[in-house]
Amino acid sequence: MKPAGDAQLEVRPETRKLTEILRAFPRERGYLIPILQEIQEQHGYLSKESIMATAEHLDLPSSKIFGVATFYNQFKLVPPGRYRVQICRGTACHVRGSFNLLESLETELGIKAGETARDGVFSLETVACMGACSIAPVVAVNGEFFGRLDRKKLLKIIAEYRAREEETKAPEEEAHA
Amino acid sequence: MIVGRNEMVELKINDRTVEIEEGGTILDAAQKAGERIPTLCHIKGLLPSGACRMCVVEVKGRNGLVPSCSFPAEPSMEVLTNTPRVLNARRTIVQLLLASHPFDCLSCNRNHFCELQSLASQYQIESVPFRGKSRIYPPDFSSPSIVRTPSKCILCGRCVRTCEEIQDVSAIDFTRRGFDTIVLPAFNEALRETDCVNCGQCVLACPTGALHEVSALEQVMRVLQDGKKHVVAQCAPAVRVSVGEFYGLPVGANVTGKIASALRRLGVRTVFDTDFAADLTIMEEASELIRRLTSPEANRPLPLFTSCCPGWVKFLEHNFPEMIAHLSTCRSPQQMMGSLVKSYFAERNGLRPEDVYMISVMPCTAKKFEAARPEFGHGSVEDVDAVLTTREFSRLLDLYGIDFAALPEESFDELLGTTSGSGDVFAASGGVMESALRTAYHLITGKDLAEIEFAPVRGFDGLKEATVDIDGTSIKVAVVNTLAKARRLVRNVKAGVSDYTFVEVMACPGGCVGGGGQSYGIDSERIKKRIEAVYEVDRTRVVRRSYQNPRIVALYEEYLEKPGSHRSHELLHTGYQVRGNHRSGV
Amino acid sequence: MTVTNPTIVLGMGTCGLASGAGKIRNVAQKWAESHSSNITIIPTGCIGFCQAEPIMDVIVNGGTRISYGSVTAQDAPFILDEVFVHKHYLLDGVLGQHPGRNNPIDGIPFVADHPFFKKQVKYVLRNCGVIDPSSIAEYREHGGFLGLERALSLGRGGIIQEVIRSGLRGRGGAGFLSGKKWQLASQEKSSTKYLVCNADEGDPGAFMDRSLLEGDPFSVLEGMIIAGYAIGATEGIVYCRAEYPLAIERLTQSIETLKKEGILEKPLDGAGFTFSLRIKKGAGAFVCGEETALMASIEGRRGMPRPRPPYPSVSGLNGNPTNVNNVETFANVPHILREGAESLASMGTETSKGTKVFALTGKINNTGLVEVPMGITLREIIYDIGGGVPDGKDFKAVQIGGPSGGCIPKELLDIRIDYESLKSAGAMMGSGGLVVMDSDTCMVDVAKFFLSFTTKESCGKCIPCREGTQRMYEVLEKITTPYSQMGSEQENLYRFNMVLHLENLARVIKDTSLCGLGQSAPNAIISTLRYFRDEYEAHIFDRKCPAKACRSLLTYTIDTDVCNGCTLCARNCPGGAIVGEKKKVHYIVDEKCTRCGKCFESCRAGAVLVS
Repeated sequence: MKPAGDAQLEVRPETRKLTEILRAFPRERGYLIPILQEIQEQHGYLSKESIMATAEHLDLPSSKIFGVATFYNQFKLVPPGRYRVQICRGTACHVRGSFNLLESLETELGIKAGETARDGVFSLETVACMGACSIAPVVAVNGEFFGRLDRKKLLKIIAEYRAREEETKAPEEEAHA
Repeated sequence: MIVGRNEMVELKINDRTVEIEEGGTILDAAQKAGERIPTLCHIKGLLPSGACRMCVVEVKGRNGLVPSCSFPAEPSMEVLTNTPRVLNARRTIVQLLLASHPFDCLSCNRNHFCELQSLASQYQIESVPFRGKSRIYPPDFSSPSIVRTPSKCILCGRCVRTCEEIQDVSAIDFTRRGFDTIVLPAFNEALRETDCVNCGQCVLACPTGALHEVSALEQVMRVLQDGKKHVVAQCAPAVRVSVGEFYGLPVGANVTGKIASALRRLGVRTVFDTDFAADLTIMEEASELIRRLTSPEANRPLPLFTSCCPGWVKFLEHNFPEMIAHLSTCRSPQQMMGSLVKSYFAERNGLRPEDVYMISVMPCTAKKFEAARPEFGHGSVEDVDAVLTTREFSRLLDLYGIDFAALPEESFDELLGTTSGSGDVFAASGGVMESALRTAYHLITGKDLAEIEFAPVRGFDGLKEATVDIDGTSIKVAVVNTLAKARRLVRNVKAGVSDYTFVEVMACPGGCVGGGGQSYGIDSERIKKRIEAVYEVDRTRVVRRSYQNPRIVALYEEYLEKPGSHRSHELLHTGYQVRGNHRSGV
Repeated sequence: MTVTNPTIVLGMGTCGLASGAGKIRNVAQKWAESHSSNITIIPTGCIGFCQAEPIMDVIVNGGTRISYGSVTAQDAPFILDEVFVHKHYLLDGVLGQHPGRNNPIDGIPFVADHPFFKKQVKYVLRNCGVIDPSSIAEYREHGGFLGLERALSLGRGGIIQEVIRSGLRGRGGAGFLSGKKWQLASQEKSSTKYLVCNADEGDPGAFMDRSLLEGDPFSVLEGMIIAGYAIGATEGIVYCRAEYPLAIERLTQSIETLKKEGILEKPLDGAGFTFSLRIKKGAGAFVCGEETALMASIEGRRGMPRPRPPYPSVSGLNGNPTNVNNVETFANVPHILREGAESLASMGTETSKGTKVFALTGKINNTGLVEVPMGITLREIIYDIGGGVPDGKDFKAVQIGGPSGGCIPKELLDIRIDYESLKSAGAMMGSGGLVVMDSDTCMVDVAKFFLSFTTKESCGKCIPCREGTQRMYEVLEKITTPYSQMGSEQENLYRFNMVLHLENLARVIKDTSLCGLGQSAPNAIISTLRYFRDEYEAHIFDRKCPAKACRSLLTYTIDTDVCNGCTLCARNCPGGAIVGEKKKVHYIVDEKCTRCGKCFESCRAGAVLVS
């Protein structure tokens, strides 16, 4: 998750191979979480393959790695959407109506929190608190923060991302035409 | 517990003074004072988990309730274990557990043996005020030995810790978090696909019906009642000092004769003794050891590892496949018996192998897996058709209404039922080693080993080493129980750090007497008593050396010719498999 | 007109950036280009007035600094022109001037006199929003590392005594005397000891630690080095939640800087004491704010707490003596050492010395980060500093200390902020989150919301928390469910049964849970029940929500006198619950009504009544 900055689509960096990633870490249990975080950063999620490779690297049973991976909110075991929508469900955001926003998002995107849309464009998740309470309620898309939202503003933002998605598809379609 | 300081701490439990060693917990002190505090997540010998909170007590001067399993006993402490506040807390915790537990007690296989049931009864739970979300999870029937029923799991963590800390296998672990926490193999795979070695220690550790053995009862009863097959049974040495516990007899009571009698009443036609097959294993394995000692080869390296424990064998196949050549090619006594019954015995009695049904009664759950191994059997005829654990055996007796304690003593059928003391001691960790040495000594020197009891390899300890002098040649041996210790030993062997010639490995604590098929609970005191009993049985025998067992001598003369013969190899030896590994993902 | 190398300061903390500070930076650069000039843009952290972000400061008159709030990208060029070209300073949105070395500018109020800042005392936050957090030079200019110098001269025992005398208590919520905690760890004889900074800040509604780490990271690190020296730890770890990427970035940079400066990983004293620091990122688990769970996480395990004793000071990370403290606690340390214990002890109350940073959010006019002396009343924070409740609504309660902290109602507004006073009111200081609620907030819904958080974040290890918080949550769910959705008679009985047992359950969970999460989870219910019992009773007995916030308990009816039969509501109803013909009075079928409120929104005649 990168901090908000100039509005820019986060381009996924070149995916480094698993072996490269692992090589950078000592073979000690204390590095388990940083390793998983790095893999997720590169690949977007933790595949079975990456969990097994980590198990081998650290000489730990895969059940332990899996147990750690499923414990923490941050780790995803299914690939995320191209646009990862996170809605803050902290107290300040809740008091300012984030629950209704969540419902709107679920209806608009057609998925429940924790899921990825079938076309792989959007995925939705709730975050316990993003620490931007003074601009509640907050939604982030691929790490870009949007604050002081209401239903209208939120849907407009989603529409913008949809438009962006269309644009990236259009040239492809022309090529196929 | 910090050991080594001899200072005593004096404290009061329910107004009675008690002294314990410094470093002990309030729970230790209470036990010494004869006060029983309930626990659900505690495993003796391992660090306290502090998860279940059942053991909370009141301590004068402290505000909250204190967990006695982890809180150290302090001088002049005043502990109250049964105040209304404490009882209310415990009762509420049990109610909370019941609130997410399926109310299946009457049809659950732990009915009467369940710790949650006992607590509910002890704390006189009359109602469960909270009902809501519960854990609905499909059971896992994939494994040939163990069934997982996660919806009955109370998340005490005993199975996870046993598999991790005692066995160092970690086939299962806690996954997810909070209310959704569930104990699963990695990736929620079927147990069959994992590194689980089927040792069943998790079943012993489980307080409820969340883990239990795959039941062979239905199958066995059908065959017994059909009457179409000639049913043969064998009984393991560990069972004869264990099954009495289910009938109020003291731990370690030798009920060999009653077992034979009980089996016949169930409808078993021929009752053989696994101990006999143990003697046979010794003959084959001692010979194998000598061959490796005198003419070592690349594919017959030293040290030689015993192979009669199927949990250990599967463990090696998963974790150290490159060491497979070290395993003795001998089958286990169970399998040797099965193999002989379907050949030697069947032939002698004019029976077709497919008309003979072999049941074995074992203290072990891995034996169910072993019996189904593809290396054994011919075509569709298995060598061992069904394996009953000690627990299943007692349930079968209960089902048939047999009053076990009142049974007369009978003997096994002679042909494959005569044993020497060497066969009996297989049940204890160190027994295989001692028996093998007794016979190896004779095979090498031609003499009988005078000091027949070999103390250095006896006992509950996880690792025992000894150097044996056989007429001038000294060989170093090791005896290991629990797989965590086994893993360390194999690593040392690989690293060239140890110079053992012969190693006995048992997966279960204390050996087979601590097997996954025995009575519930992991209790080292009970295991130690059973170990003592096993060596007592050996002492009562007239014949204590395998090569002096007359039926063994006869078997070789009539049928097998000699240890390591072609026929021996066909019937009594086997090969192994390289299995995938959940650590390397290979 | 030319401008010569103007300097501006932009608040570039997460809130600033999210409010558009990045855009303003670009616009400012373009403005400078258009005037053929360079421009120095100093990034700074959060000054705390988040309501007024983005904040842009200009440096004029050779050092005087003027703050402008709520600056937009459109406004910025205008302001820059006015200030640097026309030298007009008194503009709309001016927050005030900061006292500088020069003479103050006439007519511009001082920032310190602004009602938001007037009652605050910036002890720990003194540099946030003032300096460039990445500049060690600026940090030194403001007294940085003088604390460390003095600490090294005092020696271990001296440092600990100083901290004890200051009265500093753990700012993470537990409020344990920090100096005493350090003393315990320093007494352990071990060659390996660890110092851990708990920057997990999981409380929703709290961002004090984030602002400190983004705005003045050196102060936290200096505090850690001093603490490490005092207890004899050569390795320090900052455990920071992954949801704070900017804080992690600033920390990483600061650590690199300190290495270059020879403060880290080089001997600090004659005996060769060397301190090294590394960062561990949290992976999203609130429970990892609990110190034993935090240590488990650092060890690469599931974040599940362990029983104490043994305490971390005896057996912590990998079994070694470990001292864990909160970010704000460490940030106090350099100032205590530099200025002396009295500098802290002279503020606050008898038992709670010094200041506390609070994150003021919710239904309040001035949302932001405030630092106040202990002993100030809640009323002063909410009305004087916070500017009161917006939209003319009534103050109802303030949630303090996170989801498990408890609420303070109107009657207790004059309570003094102090560890003990809050405890006796059934609340908790916590890490410093203050969420204000107005009359539109339903306290039962608030309790339900908090329980949903705690049960989701429970690690699952111990029975009372894992099972108990789920059941408490279910009770609250049940009492916010209307009749029409209740099942059978039996369901109803279950419901009453559970409510009766709620108080006992809450007590047992408090009594027996393994860690602070479970022990404080019932506070949400206990506290709201204590002060808002009437709301609970309305929900349980009358099936009504007095605050009209529990949607499923609302009843929508159509006023037959007002309805003109325009059919707008019926057409917008997603559940088809409204019947009626054109020009005839419409009727809402209660069983089908999902309480979505669309009819209320769409009716132009105001005929839809909500009760």
